[in-house]
Amino acid sequence: MTVNVKTLNDIIAPPGAAASALATEEYFVNMGPQHPIAHGSLRLVVRLDGETVREVIPVPGFVHRGIEKMAEHLSWRQLIHLTDRTDYLSALMNNWAVARTIEQAAGLATNDRIETVRTIVAELQRLQSHALWWGVLGMDLGAFTPFLYGFREREVISEIFEDTIGARLTMNYIQPGGLMYDIHPDFAQKTKRVLAYLKPKIDEYGTLLSGNVILQERLRNIGVLPAARAIALGCTGPVLRASGVPCDLRKVEPYGVYASAEFDVPVGSKGDCWDRYCVRIEEMRQSIRIVEQLIDHIPEGPHTTVKFGARIKVPEGIHYGQIETARGILGVTIVAGGKADAPYRLHFRSPNFNNLWAVTELARGWRIADIIAIQSTLDLVVPDIDR
Amino acid sequence: MTGALAAFAAFGAAETATAWPVKTVAARAAEALPDNVWLAVLYMALALAGLGALVSGLGMGLIYLERKIAAHFQCRLGPMRVGPHGIFQTVADTFKLLFKEDIVPARADKALHVLAPFLAMTSTVLMLGVIPYSPVLQISDVNIGVLYITAVSGLGVMGILLGGWSSYNKWSLIGAMRGAAQIISYEVSATLALLVVVMFAGTLSLSGIVTSQAEGWWIWRAPVVGGIAFLIYLTASTAEINRTPFDIPEGESELTAGFHTEYSGLRFAFFFLAEFINMFVVAALTVTLFLGGWMPFHVGGANAFNAVMDLVPPGAWFLGKTALVVFVIMWFRWTFPRLRVDQLMRLEWKILLPIGFANLALGALAVLYSLYFFPGA
Repeated sequence: MTVNVKTLNDIIAPPGAAASALATEEYFVNMGPQHPIAHGSLRLVVRLDGETVREVIPVPGFVHRGIEKMAEHLSWRQLIHLTDRTDYLSALMNNWAVARTIEQAAGLATNDRIETVRTIVAELQRLQSHALWWGVLGMDLGAFTPFLYGFREREVISEIFEDTIGARLTMNYIQPGGLMYDIHPDFAQKTKRVLAYLKPKIDEYGTLLSGNVILQERLRNIGVLPAARAIALGCTGPVLRASGVPCDLRKVEPYGVYASAEFDVPVGSKGDCWDRYCVRIEEMRQSIRIVEQLIDHIPEGPHTTVKFGARIKVPEGIHYGQIETARGILGVTIVAGGKADAPYRLHFRSPNFNNLWAVTELARGWRIADIIAIQSTLDLVVPDIDR
Repeated sequence: MTGALAAFAAFGAAETATAWPVKTVAARAAEALPDNVWLAVLYMALALAGLGALVSGLGMGLIYLERKIAAHFQCRLGPMRVGPHGIFQTVADTFKLLFKEDIVPARADKALHVLAPFLAMTSTVLMLGVIPYSPVLQISDVNIGVLYITAVSGLGVMGILLGGWSSYNKWSLIGAMRGAAQIISYEVSATLALLVVVMFAGTLSLSGIVTSQAEGWWIWRAPVVGGIAFLIYLTASTAEINRTPFDIPEGESELTAGFHTEYSGLRFAFFFLAEFINMFVVAALTVTLFLGGWMPFHVGGANAFNAVMDLVPPGAWFLGKTALVVFVIMWFRWTFPRLRVDQLMRLEWKILLPIGFANLALGALAVLYSLYFFPGA
C-alpha cells in the first residue's frame, strides 16, 4: 500500500539528493503508557516522519508486579493463584500450564474426567478471549459497536465459569493433580446452550466487521510477517500460524484430551493483519467444535487426585512444561530446590512478550494508524508482558 | 418504454396549486423598518434568540439521540438514570462541563488556544442563519446562499487547525493537520455536488432551491446525476464534519483525542457542540438541496394522497427529513471502522473527485438539453 509519489524534486535533482526539498524533521511521540491503544500500560516510543512510522521501540514494564519472584515464596499449590494475573484473558490456560509442569515434574497422575474438564474450560476461555479480541480490534480500528458485541459473548461464557469456579476474570481452577472444585451440575447443559447461541454470532461477526470494505482495506497486506521472521522473533499462537507455520501445541504435542478431539488448525498464507484476523475467527469455530465433541462425554470420576493439604514433592532439577494459550505458547520453567515446598526459581516464557517485538518490525514504514491495526492483531495482553 | 418513463415522470410531479410564498425574518424586519424601528429590532432579537435556542436545543437533543441510538445499536440501553429514559442526562453533562476546570497547557499559545473553539462554533452558527426551516422560518435568505455556506463552513477548519496548533501537543498537531488536509480536500467534492443542484435550480439562494423542487426533488428529478451528487455530498460532508468513518482528526484509538486532546471544560464543550450542530447543518443542507427541503412529498396524479401530505406543516417535513439524514449519519458512525489517512485522501482525490467532475459535466449537459424528469408539471 505504499505509494511512491514522484515529486518534481525526483525529476530535477540528480540521484542521491534529498527526497524532499522541504525542511522536514523526524520526531518522537510516546504512545502510552496512558493511551487508548495501550490496553493496559504499554509504552511505545515511536519515531515518526510526518505520518510515516520510522521506528517503534516498545518500553514494557509498567505493570511489573514481580510475579515470578513472588512465586518463589509460595507453595506449589499457592503459586497457581499468581498465574491468572499474568494473561488475564487466558487465566485457566495459565493455571493449566503451571499445573501441568508441576504434575510432569512430580509425577502426579490425573484422570480422564480432570483432563476433559480442563480441555473444555480451556477451549471456552479461548473462545472468550478471541471474542473479546475481536471486539477490541473493532474499537481500535474506530468501530465502537463490535466492542460491546464482543463483551456480550464474553459475558455468557463468564457465567458458565462463575457457576463452577466462582470467579469471572482471575480464575483459579486448575491445580496440580486436578481441579479446585468439581463442575457445576448445570455445566454441560449450560455450555451446550451457550454454544448454540455462539455459533450464529460468529457469522454475525462476519456481517458486522469482516465483510466491511474499510476493515479489509485496513488489514489486508498490512504488517506482513514472513514465516521465517515470525520464527526468528519467537512468535507463537495465531500470530505464527497466520504466517503459515502450522504450529499448534494442541496438535503437535497434544495434552489434555486434544488428541482424541477432532479439529483443524487454521493457517494463514501471507502473515498480514488480515490473516491474523481470519485465523482467530476460524479458531473460534474450531474451539466450538472441540467443546461440542467433549461436552457430552465427560467421564465420571473424582475431580482431584491429590488429597487436600497433601504436600507435593517436586524433585530437584529444572522442569519445563508448555501449553497453547489463546495467544500462543506459554512455557513454564521451574527450578526446584528439592527440599523446599516452593520453586527455587520460576520463569514464564510468555507468548505476549515475544509477539510484542513483532511490532518493531511490522510497523516500520507504515502509518500511525497501522501501528494500531498491527498491535491489535497481535492481540497483546500487557500484564503478561510485564508479569 | 416511453410509457414506463411517462409513468415514472408522473411520480413525484407535484400539484403546483399550492404556492409557497417565502418570507424570511430578515425580510419582515426590513419591511417593518420604515414604519416601526422597534418592530424590526424585535424581529431581529427574535431571530437571535431563536438561533441561541436552536443551538442549545440541538446540541442537547442530538447528543442524547446519538447516545440512545448508539446504545440500541450495541444491545444496551444508554442513559437511563437522569429523568425518564435519561432525557436529562445531557443537561447534567452540560452542567458538569460548565463547572469543570478550564486548563490551558503551560506552553500553549494561550490566545489562539482560547480563540479556536469559538472559531469552530462561529462557523457553525453562521450556517444556521441561512437554512430554510420552513417558508416562514428562515432568518435570512441571502441570494448567494450556497456560496455563503461553502465559504463559512471553511472557517471551521481554522478552529481545528488553531486548536491543534496552539495546544503544544504532538497528538493535537497531528490531528489538526489531518483535519485540515481532510476538510480542505473533501470541500472540493462537496462543492462539486452542490453545483449540480445549483445548475438545475438556476439559483444560489437556498429558499430558491427549495421552491425549485416543487415538481420533484432534485435527488430524482435531475436524471441520475442528482442521485450521484446526493451520494457524493453525503460522503464528502460526513468527512467534512469529521465523523466516522472519516473521524481521523480525532482518531480516538490513534491520537487519544486528536485536535482537542488538550481542551477541557467549556472549551471542549464548544468543539463538541460544534461537531454535533455541524451534523445537523449537513443533514439540513442535504435535505434542502436534494430532498426538497420543507416541500411535502407528492406523487403526481394522486391528489388525495397529496392533500393528506399537505396537512403536515412544511416545518415538520423539514425536521422529519433532517432527522432521517441525521440518523443515517449516526448509523455510519456506529457501524463503520475508520479509514486510514492516506486511504482517505485516495478516496477523495482518486475516486470522489473524478466522479464529481464527470457528474457535473453530465449535469451541465442535462440542463443544456432540458433533460429533467417531470418537466414542469
